[in-house]
This record gives sequence, C-alpha cells and structure tokens, in this order.
Amino acid sequence: MSDTHEHSVAFVRTTDIEQQPAPSNAAGPVKWMRDNLFATWPNALLTVASAYVIYLILTATLPWILGGLWNTSSLAECREVLQGKSAACFSVLTDRWNQLLFGFKYPSEFYWRPTLALVLMFFALAPVLFFDLPRKLLIMTLLYPFVAYWLIWGGTIWVPVFALLGFIAGYFVYARFVAQNFALGFFGGVAAAAVVWYVAGFVVSMLAPESPLLASVPSRDLGGFMLNMMLGLTCVSLSIPLGIALALGRQSSMPLIKWMCVVFIEFIRGVPLITLLFVASVMLAYFFPPDATVDLFLRVVIMITIFSAAYIAEVVRGGLAALPKGQYEAADSLGLDYAQAMRLIILPQALKISIPGIVNIAVGLFKDTTLVSVISMFDLVGMIRGPILASTDWNGVYWELLGFAAVLFFVVCYGISQYSQWLERRLATDHR
Amino acid sequence: MRVFLQRITAGVQSAGFIHPKVVENQEEVKMKKSIILGALTIAGLSAGAAAAGTLDDVKARGTLNCGVTTGLVGFAAPDANGEWVGFDVSVCRAVAAAVLGDATAVEFVPTTGKTRFTALSSGEIDLLARNTTWTFSRDTDLKFDFVGVNYYDGQGFLVPKALGVSSAKDLDGATVCIQTGTTTELNLADFFRANNISYEPVPIETNAEGTQQYLAGACDTYTTDASGLASTRATFENPGDHVLLPEIVSKEPLGPLVRHGDNEWGDIVRWTLNALITAEELGVSSTNVAEMATSTTNPEVARLLGTEGELGGMIGLDADWAKRAIESEGNYGEIFAKNIGEETPIGLARGLNAQWTDGGLLYSPPFR
Repeated sequence: MSDTHEHSVAFVRTTDIEQQPAPSNAAGPVKWMRDNLFATWPNALLTVASAYVIYLILTATLPWILGGLWNTSSLAECREVLQGKSAACFSVLTDRWNQLLFGFKYPSEFYWRPTLALVLMFFALAPVLFFDLPRKLLIMTLLYPFVAYWLIWGGTIWVPVFALLGFIAGYFVYARFVAQNFALGFFGGVAAAAVVWYVAGFVVSMLAPESPLLASVPSRDLGGFMLNMMLGLTCVSLSIPLGIALALGRQSSMPLIKWMCVVFIEFIRGVPLITLLFVASVMLAYFFPPDATVDLFLRVVIMITIFSAAYIAEVVRGGLAALPKGQYEAADSLGLDYAQAMRLIILPQALKISIPGIVNIAVGLFKDTTLVSVISMFDLVGMIRGPILASTDWNGVYWELLGFAAVLFFVVCYGISQYSQWLERRLATDHR
Repeated sequence: MRVFLQRITAGVQSAGFIHPKVVENQEEVKMKKSIILGALTIAGLSAGAAAAGTLDDVKARGTLNCGVTTGLVGFAAPDANGEWVGFDVSVCRAVAAAVLGDATAVEFVPTTGKTRFTALSSGEIDLLARNTTWTFSRDTDLKFDFVGVNYYDGQGFLVPKALGVSSAKDLDGATVCIQTGTTTELNLADFFRANNISYEPVPIETNAEGTQQYLAGACDTYTTDASGLASTRATFENPGDHVLLPEIVSKEPLGPLVRHGDNEWGDIVRWTLNALITAEELGVSSTNVAEMATSTTNPEVARLLGTEGELGGMIGLDADWAKRAIESEGNYGEIFAKNIGEETPIGLARGLNAQWTDGGLLYSPPFR
C-alpha cells in the first residue's frame, strides 16, 4: 500500500511549506485602509475629501505655528521681523509667562510658593484618586489644604494650624459621640470646631509674629491660571460632599430637611452662575462696611461651590434612584442604621453609577471658573482680556493668547476625563 | 446675638478666610468684629457712613483706593512688572501724591463697566477714574459727582481707505460694526436718522470681536469712541490702510467721579485735576516745578505751588499739595504725551483736549 500515492499523485510534499506572509491586500496597512478608508466608493470619496480638508488646515496652521517668533518684545517688533509673512507671535507668551500663570500682582520672588503647592497637590490627590495606594497617605491629603493655604497666602502659620486644630477637635468629639447618636456626634463636632476657632480668633492675634516666615499675599493679588486651578480644585472638592448631602437630604423622609434641600437645589439650578458671581462681587459690598469685607476669593468659592453642589446633588440623586429597592431593604434587614446603610451599602453603589455625571460637572465647573473674569478677577482669561491685550506692546494678539488658554484648559480637562474612564473600568464589578 | 456673631466672625478669621494680614493687627481685628454686624445693617446705613469724611478715611488708611478699568490701552493697564500705567492711572496717582504725599500709595481696584458704579457707591473705592462718560443720569440719579473732564471723546467711524469714503454722510446702506448695549448704539441710530440715510448693524460684544469682524470685512465701518478707534487702528498690521472719518457724532466727556455728598473730597479731586491742567497752561512741568516753586514771579504759579497764599489749607491739605501732584506725574500735557499722545503707538492728537489757549476745550478755573 505504501506505493499507492506514487501512482495516483505525481508529487507529494513531505515537508511543510514555510509560512508565507499574507497577501499584501489582505493584511497590514493596506488591508486596514481597504477595510476602513476605502471600503466602498462613497467611503473612498469621503476619505479623499477629508484628507484634503486636513491638508488644507495643516498647510494653513503649521507654517503659522512653526514659524512663530518667541523672543521679540512687542507685537510691532514681531511684525517688523516677519515683514508681512503670516506667522504666530508667541513672544507674548514668553514675555508675559508669569503673568499668565500667576497674575500680575503676585510678588515674583514668591512664585515658588504656588508652584510648590501645585507639586504637593499631585501627592495629595494621588491617594484619593488611586485607592490602591496605602491608605495612610490620606493624611497627606487631609493636611494639604492647610499647607497649600499657608504657601499661597502666607502670613502667620497659626491661622492654618488653628483651623486644622478646629477640625481635629471636631473629629474627636464626633468620634466620641457618633456611636450613641449620629446627630449628637455631628452637631457636637461642629460645636467643638466652632469653639476652637472662636478661641483661636483671640489667640492667633497674640501669637502672630511681626514678620511671618512667609510674607502674606492678599487674595486680590492672586491671578492667572493659578486662580483657575485654585477655584476649580477648591470648588470641586467642596461641592462633591455638599452635593451628596443635598441628594440624601432630598430623599429624606423628614419633610423639613427634604423641602429645604429641594428649595435650595431648585433655586440654585434656576439661577445662572454669572448672576451668583455678580451677587458675590457687587451686591454683598453694599452690606459690609467699606473697609471690612469678606475676602472676594472666599465669596466666589462659596458661590461656585453651591452652584455646582446643586448640580452634583441631582446627579447623585439619579444614582440613588437607579438602585433597586432591594438594596435599601437588604440594608434595613441587616439591622444597619441610616448612616451605616448609606455608608456601606447605598452610596458606594450609587456613586459608582454617578461617576460620569459628576466628572461631567467637574469639567464644566473647572471651565466655568473663567467666568470670574467678568467680575474683575484676573484669572487666565481675565489676564488675557484685561492687562495683556490692553498693554500697548501686545494689543492685537488674539490667537496666540487664547490658543494658549485653550491648550492649558484642554490638558487639565482631558486629564480629568481620562481619569474618570480609568475609574469606571476599574470599578466595573457589575454584571454587564 | 452679639456674642454669637462674634463667634462666627472669629471662626471665619481663624479659618483664614479673612485675610491674615488683618489678623496680625489687634486693632484691625476689633474692626473686623463688626463685619458680620455690618453685614446685617441695611445698605443705606453703610452707604451713608461711607459718604462722610473720605479724606480722613484715606489718610487713616494711608492708601487711596482708586477704581480703574480692567485694561484699556493707554488709559489704564498693568505693565510687564505689574505696575499700573496709563492716562486715568495718572489721575489716581496725582490725587494720592496731593493727599498722601506718595504717588505710589494707590490701591488700584480694577472694575468692569458693570461693577464700577457699585464699587464707588458702596465705598469700596474712593475715586473712580475709568474713562466714564459724564451724563445727566449718572451725575444725578446714580448720586455721583463728576469732578471735571480729563478727556473729551466722541464717537467716530473707522473705514478702510479702499472704501473711498471721506465723510460719514456717504455711508448710506453701509454695514456697521457696533457694540451692543452701549450709548454708541443709540448715537449711531440718531446720526443716521438725522441724516436720513440707512445702515445695517452688525452687533458685536467686545472691542476684540469688533476688530476681528472689521478686519475680516464683515462690516464696512466700525464705530466706537474715537480714542478707542485710534488705539485699535494702531494695532493693525497696516494702520495706514484705514482712516478715521472727520465726523464725531456724539459728546463723550470722560472724567473722574466721586460719591455724591462728600463735597470736601470732591473738591480735592476736582482741584487736583485742575492743578494738572493749570500747570500746563502756566508752563509748570515735572522737570521745572521745584525751580518754579522758589523762583517764580507769576503770582498764580506761586499760589498754585503754595509759595504764596493758603490754597492748600482751604481744602484740608498742606501748601505743597499741587506741587507734589505735578512732580509725581507731570502736568496734563506731559501725562497726555506719555500715555496716549502722538509719540506713543496710540498716537492721539490733542484736538479737543488742547488748552483753551490753543483752541481746545481745557479751561481750568483760576487758582485764586
């Protein structure tokens, strides 16, 4: 039988053919292009048309960007150098770099202070954002607001120290009484903090040295992108807890609390942010004596915070409503009280559902911080629209400055958005 | 109630919300105690309290709070070092030099067109020098006092030379870029109706937008205050291709203003401005003022500079007040030339803002 094939088949190959690359039209970039760009005639036409549009845009912008000037001292000088050629005058960015980042009044010898605060911010945010990190690092996060305040505003160190002591005292009272009764613990904690701060009001003025270690910088001197970052970070981190509290309050079975929250949320959501900012900057001035006003920065923080808290409250309420009733009943049947049920069962699930919405509002809020430029605070956009465009050197430079602002905001907002997508994947423990 | 409020205030202080510099000073701390109480007092009360004794307030504070724009080329803008410079800024500095003896003792408060009047009436600023047009309703209904005019402006038209128009009356059927919600919008309508010609408005929000629209050819002509048009044109790549039409269709007297009711303070600002104008008329400048003060034979110069008479004492200042104001920033002509004059990129001619002796409108009452 062994010779059967010899008669029926002319040739039998005894070894495998060496593996060949796929035909060039069935693999690699060619196949990818055939599948994705030139699959059908209409597709091919659209591809060509799009490529042409991209080409047009790039030929218009790339020479403008790459030919840009970086070290002239005024727009007139730029034009002199360019001799009618079209190219960017990025010199305005190098000339006014510090003003764009820190505003025009922050003392230049102290630029390291906000810069250090920014660097520390990453360390402080890391344990909050990436919960695989050791939990002990959270201490850094808790200390950060006080350190950052001291770095940016300067002045006597006792102000942030006593502010921190107030919180610590509040926490201990809370921890002592919360086992008996949540309300007792909560209000006891608030009262304890208030007592510490009240006492501190007298003590600080006695302890304050004549010339503090870090010279103090008034809020009015803050500006530039630093102001946007400060407003954005402060308001987001304050409005998330406030928003959760409002959402829970709106679901409460106690009518007083429920209606207070409903009225608050609906009122704030029904008013444009810019109106609130005007109230903060203009109207409140009528109610204070001329020399004594609450810091403008604080007023703006309060207004933006309550504004975004109202929105976050509605997002979180959506998350709460999405949970099956069984989850609430399961918590009750385990004998958990309200605080425990919320903390251990309900909120972890509801917040996970709410992440995209909360991030959406955080991104929007961060961009909304540029609105403070209309109440004459010199944030990044305020600096551009006001002092820089009004200087005789740079009057007339629009694309470069606003493009730079767009790039800065894009970097931050894209970062937030990427983080939230990572977080959603990381938390994807559901049954989809 | 009081104790409770104090506690809140103290809490706010210690949390660092009120500026820490304040906390360093015991006396100021006491003053801050009244913040929250002050917050509860009605608006009228605090406005009333602010209306009296601005001079004493300024002297006690040691700085002048002066409202300026958030940035207008040549009139007020911080330079690369963050120092405010400009035509309106100089008025603030001259007043500070006259009152406090230090032209740098000014706290500049940037205000927008929307916040400027509340800032003044609430007492946040002592003086508003923000190219504000003197109008009837602002002077009376808004309860301010305009102390004079430091720049006579008017609404003009900017057109490309290529349009071949030499008079605004030739603009029949033209598209006009116009900032919405301003008096210029109303003036424009009045002018075209009075001349029985038609136009098509292209509404814009800001000067930057107007510039872009105009350069892009979205409108045939751009209209706003003539000084603004001149400084806008100065930023063009080819300023020579555009002309300002000769017609000025409105009166825009711009001047510093103070709160109504504190006439002593109003007098100080008014006569500081007049001193700058008179100094130019009499040939007193920042370079020769010291010499003039000792060697002048002109009695009015002697009265102005305080070597003769008691003029300073009459407004609650010392004899050298006007001398200091002129020394710090120069006379009106110097201020004009330095900030917006023909040597600067803005390149405004004196025009209406020349001395009355040169055919302009500047006419200061005598120092006597």
